[in-house]
Amino acid sequence: MLAVDTPQYLPENIFFGIIAFIMVVSALRVVTTRNVVHAALWLILVLAGVAGNFILLGNEFVAVTQVLVYIGAIVVLFLFGVMLTRAPIGADAHLDNDQRPLALVVALPLLALMGYVLWDAWKDTKITEAGPPIVASTSVLSDSIFKTYLIPFEAASVLLLAALIGAIVLARRD
Amino acid sequence: MTGLLAAAPVLAGLDPPYWVETLIKVGVVALLIPTTALILGIVFLFKVMSWMQSRLGPQEAGPKGLLQLLADGVKFIQKQDIVPDAADRFVFKVAPMVVLISTFLLYVIIPGSPNVVVESLDTGVFFALAMSSLSVIGILMAGWASANKYALMSGIRAAGQLIAYELPMVLAVVGVVIQAGTLNLNGIIAAQADFKIGPVPFPFFILTQAPMFLVFLAAAQAELTQPPFDMPVAESELVGGYQVEYSGFRFLFFFMGEFATAFAFAAIASVLFLGGWSIPFVTYDAADPNNFYHSWVFWLIGPAVLFTKIMLVSFLIFWFRFTYPRLREDQLQKICWKYLIPICLVWVSVTAIAKVVM
Repeated sequence: MLAVDTPQYLPENIFFGIIAFIMVVSALRVVTTRNVVHAALWLILVLAGVAGNFILLGNEFVAVTQVLVYIGAIVVLFLFGVMLTRAPIGADAHLDNDQRPLALVVALPLLALMGYVLWDAWKDTKITEAGPPIVASTSVLSDSIFKTYLIPFEAASVLLLAALIGAIVLARRD
Repeated sequence: MTGLLAAAPVLAGLDPPYWVETLIKVGVVALLIPTTALILGIVFLFKVMSWMQSRLGPQEAGPKGLLQLLADGVKFIQKQDIVPDAADRFVFKVAPMVVLISTFLLYVIIPGSPNVVVESLDTGVFFALAMSSLSVIGILMAGWASANKYALMSGIRAAGQLIAYELPMVLAVVGVVIQAGTLNLNGIIAAQADFKIGPVPFPFFILTQAPMFLVFLAAAQAELTQPPFDMPVAESELVGGYQVEYSGFRFLFFFMGEFATAFAFAAIASVLFLGGWSIPFVTYDAADPNNFYHSWVFWLIGPAVLFTKIMLVSFLIFWFRFTYPRLREDQLQKICWKYLIPICLVWVSVTAIAKVVM
């Protein structure tokens, strides 16, 4: 989704193009690379691209959260897990198995569906100045989380807590 | 930035285009990193450490051996850049840069005075926490790509430690943020300059957040993998851990990253708990252009005040580093999960209640 084609938004559009290109290439490399650790490292680029796009949209807080949570914690946990178990250097022949066609059957319809939904929702809409405020400050965001959406937020927290406790209970042997 | 620049009559005429401004800022930060690493290295690693351990330390290079680290730096640059045969060449080479970039981004938000700051971000301290968490990736990359079992062990230990200590660090900051009511570092300093309980001024948040200050220092120490939290680089069992295969300027990058990050953490600690650039009992008024803190003299005094506080905090950090024995891996995790995090949670609740009641 590009911003309006006025000279004022030209840098945004250029940077969006660059970031989108990097993200697409990295996303392809995540699934085509022959090394698990490399796949995780490519994933970092994809996630960093998401953070970059949030900054382009003027939402600094969400971008920083994206970096802290996804890059600083989740990918680190991926790498941690991979390195604890099996992470040879160089190409690994055992990364693929014969379930590829099945994966294709799942992935292609999902891509088509999500693509269609996105296209259907926005079509040719461009981000304009008249729309919602482009720059959302941290205080605006926190107000909307802790006032307007307080109950969904708390429900999500309790759900996550339940999942956390469940994981601990399942992992404990004694 | 343009509005802020106008506050100083000296630079009022200057309004460079965005890309020039950005280039200048990048240049300033790129200069700051080696400079601060040098200062901390010379003052603490050489002088204070040898003083605490009753020995002379370097004496030959320059007056009183002050140029020793500079000489070491030149030596590192000249050394051959060795990449092990079995290593993953690209990842191995990039890893030190990732660590350094994380340090680089930390410097972006540290304010030297209300106007002397690379970028006064709305998310301020939250941004700093996110960027400091990036260095783990560099360390994991280095540990894995070295194709060395010690390095790999070290990478895994580092990841476990840094993820664990990220939590007390974030929680320690939360206490300050609740009390200040903002994430912006200049905002936090302004809140400290104004903070009063009844008629009594409390110029530093350390007075109300003392446990958080100690937790923050401990967590910063752990994030830097410095003793007593140096299991990941424990030289007596892991021969230097993830740095073991590095030589030349890539090793220098790790070294610089460690000390410059120590400086940045000390800066953030002094901003959060010691009032940053503010001078105790001198009132700050953001709206008043004639306020002392907005005068152009303060462009120079502010960074000097901040620097003094940074050196104080660094002294504490390095004091712990030079005098405490290394914690075992299980003790290290236990301290984090069983002591630091509960202390933080209690103090966050206390702060939140006090904030609502008062």
